[in-house]
Amino acid sequence: MWPHKKINLGLDLQGGMHLVLEVDTQKAVESTIERITQEIRTFLKKEHIRYVNLDRIKGSQISVTLRDPEAIEKFEKLLDDEFENLRQVSRDQDDNGLTVVMDIPDEEADQIKRLAADQALETIRNRIDQFGVAEPDIRRQGEGRILIQLPGIKDTQRAKDLVGRTALLEFKLLDDSHDIQAALKGSVPPGSELLYQINENQETGRIKKVPYLVKKRARLTGAYLTDARVQIDSQYNEPYVSIDFDKKGARIFERITEENVNKRLAIVLDKTVYSAPVIQEKIAGGKARVTGNFTTDEARDLAIVLRAGALPAPVIILEERTVGPSLGSDSIRKGLISMIIGGILVVLFMAIYYKGAGLIANAGLLLNIILIAGGLAGFQGTLSLPGIAGIILTIGMAVDANVLIFERIREELGLGKTPRAAVDAGYARATLTILDANVTTLIAALVLFQFGTGAVKGFAITLSLGVLSSLFTALILTRSVFDYFLINRKIRHLSI
Amino acid sequence: MQFIKPDINIDFIGKRKIAFAISIAMILISAISLLLHKGPRYGIDFAGGTLIQIKFDAPVKLDDIKTGLKSVDLGKSSVQLFGQEADNEYLIRTDRSVMTTEGFSGQVAKSLVDSTGVKVAIRRVEMVGPQVGEDLRRKALFAMFYALLFITIYISGRFELKWFTSGGITIALIGAVYLISLLNVSIPFLMAAALAVALVLFWFLDLKYALGAIVALIHDVIITVGIFSIFDKEFTLPIIAALLTIIGYSLNDTIIVFDRIRENIRKYQKSKFPFIINKSVNETLSRTILTSITTLIVVVALFVLGGGIIHDFAFAMIIGVLVGTYSSIYVASPIIIALQEFTKRK
Repeated sequence: MWPHKKINLGLDLQGGMHLVLEVDTQKAVESTIERITQEIRTFLKKEHIRYVNLDRIKGSQISVTLRDPEAIEKFEKLLDDEFENLRQVSRDQDDNGLTVVMDIPDEEADQIKRLAADQALETIRNRIDQFGVAEPDIRRQGEGRILIQLPGIKDTQRAKDLVGRTALLEFKLLDDSHDIQAALKGSVPPGSELLYQINENQETGRIKKVPYLVKKRARLTGAYLTDARVQIDSQYNEPYVSIDFDKKGARIFERITEENVNKRLAIVLDKTVYSAPVIQEKIAGGKARVTGNFTTDEARDLAIVLRAGALPAPVIILEERTVGPSLGSDSIRKGLISMIIGGILVVLFMAIYYKGAGLIANAGLLLNIILIAGGLAGFQGTLSLPGIAGIILTIGMAVDANVLIFERIREELGLGKTPRAAVDAGYARATLTILDANVTTLIAALVLFQFGTGAVKGFAITLSLGVLSSLFTALILTRSVFDYFLINRKIRHLSI
Repeated sequence: MQFIKPDINIDFIGKRKIAFAISIAMILISAISLLLHKGPRYGIDFAGGTLIQIKFDAPVKLDDIKTGLKSVDLGKSSVQLFGQEADNEYLIRTDRSVMTTEGFSGQVAKSLVDSTGVKVAIRRVEMVGPQVGEDLRRKALFAMFYALLFITIYISGRFELKWFTSGGITIALIGAVYLISLLNVSIPFLMAAALAVALVLFWFLDLKYALGAIVALIHDVIITVGIFSIFDKEFTLPIIAALLTIIGYSLNDTIIVFDRIRENIRKYQKSKFPFIINKSVNETLSRTILTSITTLIVVVALFVLGGGIIHDFAFAMIIGVLVGTYSSIYVASPIIIALQEFTKRK
C-alpha cells in the first residue's frame, strides 16, 4: 500500500539497528596527558635531569618529584621552554623532595574533548561507509553523543564491533631489561606496562593469555597509516592485514627497526598484543603486517577500522534498539490490518448514522489518509509503528470535525431552516470550534515531536499531519461537496 | 439515525457532587495503587536495562527457557509470553544494560537452543543504559508539563482574552522550573510543585476556563497512570506518547463544551450560570459521544489487531478516551461553576 521509494520506513518497520554512543572524551584528555608525560620523561633523560618520580595521576594530572636543587632548576627551565601550556596545580616540598603537579588548562581540555567528539563522528562515518550499509544515518546528538541508524543490517554484532572498536594500533618495544615475572607479581617498572596476547585454541575454545612487558611509549601508531588490506598468508593459508605507512611513518619505522635489531617489537591493538616478532634487520619501505588467527570477516573488519583510523577516545554504547526484518514486516502487516478494519468500521458507522452526509465525510476520510501519506513523502518523514498508530488514531478523530458540523446542521434544521441555510450556519458556527479544538491536539503533537526520539517522533509527525489534513478535508473539501449538491444540483432534501 | 435526541436535558450539574466523589475516589485508588507499587513501573526506556524478543519455531516450555537463561549471566531477569500463545514469542527482560556489547544476544540464542531443543530467532533487542533512561524520564516529564502549560495559555487566551496574564504565568513558571532544576531536585516533585502553583495561580487570577481544563487533564492523566499501575503495565516511550495524545484528545472535548458555554452566555444573558453550563453540556453531548465512539472503534481495532508492540499503547488510549470523555462532561465544566461560586462568595 505504501510506495516504498517515497515514504521512509522507520527501523521498527523495516528492521535494522539504532545505536546511541557516548564518546568518553575524558579519555582523550587522559591520553593527551599520558603522551605529554612520556615526552617529559624523554626530555628528562636527554637533558640528564635526575628525578625521583614521574607519573600520570588522577587520570589527567602529571606529578613530578625532584630532589636536588640543580635538577629542579633545569626542570623549571624545561617547563618554560618546552611545556609552557602546562598549568601548575600544586607544589609540595617534603622529605622526598619537591613534587610538582601539573595539568592542562580547562579551555584546552574542552578543546581536546570537542575535537575528540568530532573526530569520532567522522571516523565512525568512514567505517560504516566502508562497511557498506545502505542509507546509514549518523549524526551528533548533544555534546559527546553519536546517533547511528543502520537500516536493514543483519549482522548486528559485527556492526557493533566495527563501530565500537577504538582501533588504536601501536608499535611498542618489549622491555627486556626488566624481569617479567617480577612485573607479574606487581612491580611493573615505571615507563613500562604489562599487556597480554590472547590466544584462542580454535578446536577446544580454550583461551590462553600470554603476558608481555612492553615500554609504555608507543614508537609508532596507526596515525601514519595510509592503507590496510586483507591478504592471505600463502604458507598457512590464513588471512592477515597488511598495512602501509606514509613517508614519515615509513621513516620512523625504518629508524626503529634499525636501532633495535634483535629486539622484539610488539604490535598492539587496543591494549592487546597481536604479535611480538623479533626485528631481524632494518625494514625500509614502510610495510608491516598484523597477524592473529583471524577469520576472513574479522580481517576485513580490522582492515576497515585501521583504514578509517582510530577513535580518539573509546566509545560506550548507551542505547541499542535492534529489530529483525521479520518482526518489522509483521508490524507493518498488523498495523495495516488494524487500520483497514478500524477504518471500515468507522466508515460504516458514519454511513449508517449520517446517511448521505456520512458518505461525504467518508470521502474526506479517504482523502485524509492519502494526504497523510503524501505529507510523509513530501516532508521526508519517517513512518514508524507508532506512526501507523497515529494514522489509525487520525481516522477515528478526523471524522470528529465532520460530526461537529453535521450535529450543528441537524440542530439548525431542527430550528426549521432550509437545507442551504442550515449548512451555511452549521459550517459557520462549527469552524471556530473545530479550529480551537484542533490547535490543542497540535500543541500536544508538537511538544511530543520536540521531546521524542525516533519512533515517537514518527507518531508526532503523523498525528500533526492528520490534524492538519482533517482540518482541510472537513472545512474545505466536504463543504464544497455540500455546496455542489445544494447549489449546482439544487437538492431540496438533506440526507443527514 | 440518532442516539441522543436534540431535546435531551440531563441534569449533569445537579449531580456534580456525585461525579466529584467518583473522580476523587478514582484518583485516590490510583494514588494508592501507585504507592503500593512504589511508583509507576518503568519499562527499560526509563529504567535502563535490556529487552529481548524471541520467537521459537515450535512450542516450548517456559521452564526450559528459564533454565537456558540461567547459563547466561543475566542478573535480575524475567521471561514473559508475548502476544498469542500460538506465536511462541517471548520477552526477556533484565535490568542489566551493558552486555549487549559483547556478543550477548548470540549467547542467549545459543543457550536457549541448547535448553529447549527448538530453533529460536531473536527478533528484537532493546538496550537502554541507565543514563539514557534517566534522561528520557526527565524529558518525558518535562514534555507532559510543557504540553499542559502551553495548552492552558492557549485556553486562557482564546476563552477569556487573557493572553498577557496567562503568558506571564507561563514565563514565570518556566523560569522557576528552570531555576529549580539547576538545584538538582527530584523532577517528579518539581513538576508536581509547578502544577500545584499553576493551579493556585489560575484560581486566584480567576482564569476559570484554564483551571477547568487543566484540572480535567490532570485528572485524566492521573487516572490513566493509576489504571496502568493497577494492571501492572509498563511505562515506555509510546505510553508517554499516548498520554500526551490523551491530553490533546480530552482537551478537544473540553474545548467544544467551553465553546458552547461561551456561545450560550451571549444567547441567554439572563439565565443563571449553572443552567447555561448544563444546557451547553447537553447540546454538545451527542457530538461528544459520537466522536468517542469513532475514536474507540479505531483504538479497539488497534488493541485487538495491532500486535504486541502497540498493545499497551492502544490500551492507554482506550482508557484515555473513556476517562477524557467523562472528564469533559463531569469535571471541566463543574469546576468552572465551583470557581464562579467561590468568587461570588468573596
